[in-house]
Amino acid sequence: MPIWIARDYVRCSGCRKCEIVCSLKHEGRIWPEASRIRIFMYVPGLEVPHLCTQCVDYPCVNSCPFKALSIDENTGAVRVDKEKCTGCGKCIEACPGAVPFIHPRDGYAVICDLCGGDPECVKVCEEVGYNALILVKLEKPRLDFDILKKGYARKPIDVTKDLSILLYGEEVV
Amino acid sequence: MVYGYNGRLLEVDLSTSSVKEVELNEDTLRMYIGGRGLATKILWDRFGRRWDSIDPLGEENLLLLLTGPLTGYYPGARICVSGKSPQSNGVIGSTVSSEFPVELRCAGYDGIVVTGRAEKPVYISIFNDEVDIRDASVIWGKRGRETLAYLVKDWVDRYGWRPGRGLLKEPGVLYIGPAGEKMVRTAVVMSKWTHAAGYGGYGAVMGSKNLKAIVAKGTNPLPEVKDIAETERLIREVWKTHLGFNNLRYRGTSAGFLSVAAATSSEPVRNWQEEWHDRIEASTAYYEARLWVKRFWGDFGCAITCLKIACIRSGRFRGCITDNPDYEMQAYLGSNLGIFDPDSVVYICSQADELGLCGIQTGNVLGFAAELYEKGILDESDIGFPLRWGDTEAFAKLMHMIAYRDGIGDILAEGTYRAAKIISSKKGVDALRYAVQVKGVAVGAHGIRSGLDYTMETSYACSTQAGDHTSVANIPLRSGRVDLRESGALFADSAVLCAFNSFSVEGELVFRLLDSVTGFGITMDDWYNVYVPRILSIQRALLLIGGPDAYWEPIKDDDNPPRFYEPLPSGFKAKAVVDRGKFENLRREYFESLGWDERGIPRLDTLVKLGLMDVADELKRRGLLG
Repeated sequence: MPIWIARDYVRCSGCRKCEIVCSLKHEGRIWPEASRIRIFMYVPGLEVPHLCTQCVDYPCVNSCPFKALSIDENTGAVRVDKEKCTGCGKCIEACPGAVPFIHPRDGYAVICDLCGGDPECVKVCEEVGYNALILVKLEKPRLDFDILKKGYARKPIDVTKDLSILLYGEEVV
Repeated sequence: MVYGYNGRLLEVDLSTSSVKEVELNEDTLRMYIGGRGLATKILWDRFGRRWDSIDPLGEENLLLLLTGPLTGYYPGARICVSGKSPQSNGVIGSTVSSEFPVELRCAGYDGIVVTGRAEKPVYISIFNDEVDIRDASVIWGKRGRETLAYLVKDWVDRYGWRPGRGLLKEPGVLYIGPAGEKMVRTAVVMSKWTHAAGYGGYGAVMGSKNLKAIVAKGTNPLPEVKDIAETERLIREVWKTHLGFNNLRYRGTSAGFLSVAAATSSEPVRNWQEEWHDRIEASTAYYEARLWVKRFWGDFGCAITCLKIACIRSGRFRGCITDNPDYEMQAYLGSNLGIFDPDSVVYICSQADELGLCGIQTGNVLGFAAELYEKGILDESDIGFPLRWGDTEAFAKLMHMIAYRDGIGDILAEGTYRAAKIISSKKGVDALRYAVQVKGVAVGAHGIRSGLDYTMETSYACSTQAGDHTSVANIPLRSGRVDLRESGALFADSAVLCAFNSFSVEGELVFRLLDSVTGFGITMDDWYNVYVPRILSIQRALLLIGGPDAYWEPIKDDDNPPRFYEPLPSGFKAKAVVDRGKFENLRREYFESLGWDERGIPRLDTLVKLGLMDVADELKRRGLLG
């Protein structure tokens, strides 16, 4: 069953617990720049959780010249085959939100894998009561309606500009 | 390798524009942990024998920016800013939250030592191993928001998007405002618009070095720990405990603006002439309903997120943004100046942030000036305009004059103690009577007369950080928690974590986390019996040596401000006052509990036991040790 992580930027406290648990799970270390979810803060108070939205058309998967990316049948997450991935960066250019990035040590493309269906980031965000990240599960998604309610992948700078007007009443970027 | 540390500091000499790495040896880390402990050790080693000749604002002083083993691991990352303080002329460990320390640790350093003075304004840029000293003339003179915006944009334009490699998050930035550049003794080291390392006046030290900012980015993980599984388990346990701390989570410390006055009668009102009020507009209700645009705002890993963002979106103060403001700001820039209206409080706090001034120290000196005006010691011709209680615009104007050292601002920029001395000699009066400070540091906004707050008679008078309300000399030394009493605060400032989210957590839990990170096996008993006396004894020795522009006399200066011996005039604790006899007994008891003599000088046997023979020798040489 496809799932996705909806995000409510206004509610993000910038606590970055999501980065901590994500990197602990995937890297066994606390490693903010290798976390699959990263909080961008170009302007204080305007924190932007930045992670894969699993676009309907998966431009990253299609762009990969080495067939290193595939779609997880259960969750809809983008899977990265570390063996096949050469770190060429084509997926990064293809992504409308510039979400993937090259792992700072190991050189492969890093993309959220939705933790196999039970994302750690969502759990900590829920636990602390912010609900800036919400796990959306639909038993029978309708492609024409429910799927399209998903957010689009956007660059953090664009989200920051919108948030600025929303919170501060003017653009302070 | 030492678990929990990178094991090296970055040393930048601005006089010669040279950069080197300094290895940290395991014994030093084991004995002094990091942050304030390590800062004390470094300063003692480098300057111990000629401490009194080091000018805090001179080229020789060090600016220390040190993390600790728990930085990034204990929820809520902080960095400790230190050096010889231009306020107390001793060592003060002043911590500030942000992601800067995490970036620095991920870049591979446990801290930065800045020495010398740059010829022209510069900033330091750290990107993993790449360290540059860059020209800062474009941002020199700029206020906080503009400075941060420029530095982030400049960095993001250069490194934020790496073709083929993707986006990098913005760097961590520490900077000073115009006040630091002008070497105002109440200037702070700022981060994220509103966060400041306040006590100590290290913004002035940074300014004296012509250093506008430090920008850090690291793409590596935090240093390896001894047991990562246990560390993760303990972090999650701390998070769970945090969730029960509702008042701080939902209202931050802002609830204190009303409650510290109305419920504990210990809030500064009109330069501490009163400590009680029941102004309903000081409650958080108005802030919550109208000003807070973000309810939970925090720093790396914190589950309490006691900060809230206040933004004024209409009216004469439109566009002002600050955090909550937190209690100390509300008290010192609010009630202490007779200002209670929320919009005005947010406005004046945002001005302090923008100018890079400490709200506590500056609020104290503003209140001091206003009382002198009220008493007729200062008049309109001295200040340039009337300075009446509650006049927001007048106080904001005077604050601006302090930051730029204009007119009387030049005198007030020296901080309450030094300003009082200057005004005393100019006017032939005893202005020190109205100066509510201890050893050059204005006291925090928690009065001691009512006896209902967490502070007590000795809190400020005997602290090695003087007026610092986040490191109070309370007895007993031991409370079982890493809290704001000096023994706990010393841990918070040395392991470098946030004392505001650790006082809700069992101390044992914090120490277990330290052990799972470092494997040092330091227990709470060790901490209170060995570490606390060791580090505080050195801090105390340096404080008493002091100099070159201010010296403190044991006992005479280990006293409360005169104001605290005047009875409270109002409120339900009217007539309450500090009892001198009781205070003197407590003082003796406090010194005794640290192994110091009745004058607060570390005893020879204490120093020998702690292995501080060099400190003993130095105190003997100066005739301080009998």
